[in-house]
Formats: sequence, structure tokens, C-alpha cells
Amino acid sequence: MGRTLAEKVWEQHVVRRAEGEPDLLYIDLHLIHEVTSPQAFDGLRLAGRKVRRPDLTIATEDHNVPTVLGPIADPVSKTQVETLRKNAAEFGIRLHPMGDAGQGVVHIIGPQFGLTQPGMTIVCGDSHTSTHGAFGGIAFGIGTSEVEHVLATQTLPAYRPKTMAIEVSGELPVGVTAKDLILAIIAKIGTGGGQGYIVEYRGEAVRKLSMEGRMTICNMSIEAGARAGMIAPDETTFAYLKGRKHAPQGELWDQAVEYWKSLRTDDDAVFDKVVEIDASTLTPFVTWGTNPGQGLPLGESVPDPESFDDPVARSAAERALEYMGLTAGTPLREIEVDTVFVGSCTNGRIEDLRSAAEILRGRQVKTRTLIVPGSMMVKKQAEEEGLDEVFKAAGAEWREAGCSMCLGMNPDTLKPGERSASTSNRNFEGRQGKGGRTHLVSPQVAAATAVTGRLTAPADL
Amino acid sequence: MEAFTTHTGTAVPLRRSNVDTDQIIPAVWLKQVSRTGFEKGLFAAWREDPTFVLNDPSYEGGSILVSGPDFGTGSSREHAVWALQQYGFRVVIAARFGDIFRNNSTKMGLLPVVLPGDKVEALQAAVEAEPKLEVTVDLVERQVRWADEVVPFEIDDYTRWRLMEGLDDIGLTLRHADDVATYENGRQPWLPTTV
Repeated sequence: MGRTLAEKVWEQHVVRRAEGEPDLLYIDLHLIHEVTSPQAFDGLRLAGRKVRRPDLTIATEDHNVPTVLGPIADPVSKTQVETLRKNAAEFGIRLHPMGDAGQGVVHIIGPQFGLTQPGMTIVCGDSHTSTHGAFGGIAFGIGTSEVEHVLATQTLPAYRPKTMAIEVSGELPVGVTAKDLILAIIAKIGTGGGQGYIVEYRGEAVRKLSMEGRMTICNMSIEAGARAGMIAPDETTFAYLKGRKHAPQGELWDQAVEYWKSLRTDDDAVFDKVVEIDASTLTPFVTWGTNPGQGLPLGESVPDPESFDDPVARSAAERALEYMGLTAGTPLREIEVDTVFVGSCTNGRIEDLRSAAEILRGRQVKTRTLIVPGSMMVKKQAEEEGLDEVFKAAGAEWREAGCSMCLGMNPDTLKPGERSASTSNRNFEGRQGKGGRTHLVSPQVAAATAVTGRLTAPADL
Repeated sequence: MEAFTTHTGTAVPLRRSNVDTDQIIPAVWLKQVSRTGFEKGLFAAWREDPTFVLNDPSYEGGSILVSGPDFGTGSSREHAVWALQQYGFRVVIAARFGDIFRNNSTKMGLLPVVLPGDKVEALQAAVEAEPKLEVTVDLVERQVRWADEVVPFEIDDYTRWRLMEGLDDIGLTLRHADDVATYENGRQPWLPTTV
């Protein structure tokens, strides 16, 4: 019987397999940031251990950094960033600090450097590591104990998850993006739907996506509960990688591409679960609640909790409406927002900024609008294309690279009761700042919303 | 980590679903570089509500958290496990867990127990009726017991053994350092380094 893509990549990385034990899996790339690593380095020091492969490890500063120029004002954040610098120096790990041309959100810079390649195993102490699966590798988030384990051994003991295929047929209509697709998928299978699975996204609509779009999809796999999401590599993948700093060159490139072409699910392989979705029926999607599965097409209204049959879903909806300050039956298009955020590891790439700029060109924003490039490389490219001027002319704020308003760890936060349209990945209570209310949207919907001050699709303008 | 064999204590019913790790420990608490002091941040936002279950004195001293489904979803922050442990929890019972949280828990010796939804509900109701109800979580027998109820749960043999022995994963893996070195010698030549 044939094998799935996930099975092929997994088998390639098994260092040791023994009856009744998890596989010992080799890790090709370990990404580090300041938040989940300090206690892991402390653990190494306490045990007198070294980093086994500093040459397969890379660090950046992203979660705590302010996105305006200048030093970190918060002394606790500053200590955490300085701790990373000290640890990187002590253990010989390459670090891209604030101000460096290579600095940025950890899941943005890996692919940009060409470090993320098909068939690799990639981990990071961050749940959105699933992003890197867009290149056809297995990439997943880990906790600090596992960060320490990978630093010390370059391996992880793990049981292979089950496999799920999400088959996306048809074509995404104009104005409907990868973000809308993944929000629709999460609403369909639920925040626990992917638990225990590696998801492979397949089908015509997925094949037609750019690498940026594929990364957006894989990034939010974790919001459906799946630890990893992946997409088989193809010509789009190879074209993205070719010529990047750490991509193979010359003869090695040819060898690599030949191998990468074998990284597809065999026709006779069987998935443990298959989910089907028709892309051609989708419209812009937004969330109304406090988990990413609580989403609907923008044309709908805030749901009535009584309309949910499942008592758990009903009480979650009741609570979500109370937290979000929403009334059942209100058309989603009538929801007014205070802030628009375009950025994050979900939607902070050049394509996202281009699509937001296209909508904001020649228009004015009505709300506070933060445009935050995912990395300094994205920032540079956007400025070369003149996108920064478009944003500034529209009245939006053009910022430095970082995680920014995706999570409340740096100065970019919502105040209690404030409401955002955000291109990030989590609408949890307090995620963007205590008491803040988040609606997850695509970059296009975010830009259109900035123009009207209410949740808006570009086609409405 | 601390070994876990069997634990008897009182329980705290948390009647919420989708308890993401941002709720368990909000991001502002993640700026610490030490491993201690996280109990103060446990459910920090929810604890501001005087009616929140952890503010109810009848459940004081509870060491078994009994939650609605999808506990520990979202962020990979292990700080969520540290916060629960440092507050005094040894066990979390739910019908479903976020995969990363569940993994992190077993690395630290906090036992995540999956029970069917109706059994979770029954335990919550029993505890609400009698907050000082004695609940036993027996990893050796793979059972949760309270009053006349005996409910089995599943956990793989390897994880159970590690928890019962309180073993450090890194030490276990380093026993296979030769296998790792052999594997490394056979890696594909085009794979990148960060140098």
C-alpha cells in the first residue's frame, strides 16, 4: 500500500524505533525565540549539557519587540530579550536581534532565508511552527521541555500522529483568500477537529495558492487542533526556494529537487480521515466569537446561541457573545471596530501587504490601522515597492517587524473593550490585550474594514 | 520530574470548554525567564471575577481540575503547565486536550486524564454537590475513582512508565547517542545549516 506525504517524511527521520516506545525523530531545523527558550537554556546549564547542533539552530527576537524604533521600554521584556542574546552567545547560536536586517517573526524568516525546505522536520517553541509545513515538511510546535530536549539531542521522542486529508476542490472566487479558506475549514471541523492528526491540504484550490497563501493555511492548522499541516511541494515551492540564501545550489539543487518531487502522497495511500470542502462556494470569512472555530461568512449575522444543538457549543457561544459585546442577529457587516491590524506569522508576508495596499491606495482609513511587516526583509521589499507610502498616505501606521498585536506581549495591544479586525490567528479572550475583542479576518477584509470602520469586504467599497 | 503513581485529593469543576492556554496563563506572564511564580498568573483574567470557581472557598486546596472539552488548546507555552502545577494541581481531567499541552504536561509530571464527556460531567456534578468529595486518580490501575464510581482511562504504556518513574526524557535519549550519530552521518547532503 502507498504512503502519505506525512508518512514518507516521518519515516525518513526515524533515528530509532523500538516496540512499545515512541519513535526517536531527528530534527533538521530548530527555531528559537526569546519567550519559550530561557528555561530550556537554564536546564542545559544545570545539567552541564551543550547544544548538540548549533548549526541546525537559529534564533530571532519577535514576541516582545516594540514595532516602533527605539529600545524596549518594559524592563521585563528587555530582560527576556537580553537573556536570549546571552544564551545565543554562550551556546554559539546564530541570532537575528532587533534592528538586524534578518530579524523578524520566527515563522516568516525561516522560509525567507530558504532554511525551510521540503521533507524537513522543523520544530520551535511556538504552536504556529505548523506554518513551515507549507513546503512539504513536518513542522510542529513544542513546549520548553522539548526545546531543551532538541537543544541537547537534536531529536524528539514522538508517536506519529494519524493522517487527515483536507481535500479542497474547485477554485477560490475572486476576493476570497487563503485566510478565508482556513477560517472556513476551522469552522467546519472545529477547534478540536484536528487533534491527533497531521493534516495534508490537497486539491485544486490548494495547488493554485502561492507559497504565502499556503503558509497562511498551514499556520492555522493548530487552530483546528492539528499539530502540523502540510502541502506537497511542487513547482511553486521550488520557484520560491531557488536562489534563496540557504537553498541548495548547483548539483545539490538538482538532487534535492529530484527527491522533493517524490514527496507526494501515493495514489493508493489511505488517510485515517478525509474532509472535503468546495472552495468555489466560499465568501470572505470572519470570526464572531472567542475561538477560531466560531466563524461565519461576512454576509451572515451574529448567531443565536439557541441555534446550536450541542450544549457545549451553545454555552460557549453564550459566553463568547457576552465577552465580545455582541447581540444575536446583528449583521456581521454592522460590527464597528476601533483598530485594524495587518501582520503576524499568519498574514505578515509581502503578498498580504500588497493586497492590503491595493485596497488602501487612494483611500483613507477611519480607524487606528497598524501595518506590521512580518520581518525586516518583508519591510525592505515593501518599501522598495512603495507600499509604505500607500499605507502612510491612507493614514495607516507603518511599523517595524515583530509579532505586534497578535499577542499581548509587546506595546501593541488593545485596551479593555476595544474591538479589532485582525489578520492574526487567535481571537481568544484577552489575546490582543486584556478585555480586547478580536475578529479574525483576511488582509483584504482588514483593509476594507479600515476604510469604513465596520467589518467590510473589498467588494463592498 | 516528580513521579506520579496515584493521587487522592479534592477536585475543582471548571465548566468551560475551549480553555486555551492564553486563559490558563495570559501572555504578559510569559516574560519571566525563571520557572517559578506562575501560580499567580493562573487564569489571571478569569480570577478577577469573584464568581470564578477558583475564588470559591469550597474548592480551596483542590488538586484535580475537571474541565470541559478542549482544555489547553492554542499556544505551546509550557508556562500553562507550570502555572497549574505551582498552583497545586496534579491532574487535569477533560474529554479532549490540546496536543501540545498534553505533551508538555507529561514532560512535567502533570497528569492529563481523558475521560468520556458524560463521565467528566458526572464528576463535575458530584463535586459540585459535595466539594470535599475525595477523588483518586490511579495511574497504576489507569482509573479515576470517586464515591461508587470507577472509571478507566487510557494512557500509553511508555508515557505511563515515564510518569511513574519520574524519568527525564533527555537522559533516556542520550542513552541512544550512538544511534543519533549514525543517523546524522547519513543525512541528505543538501539539507541546510544555519551557519
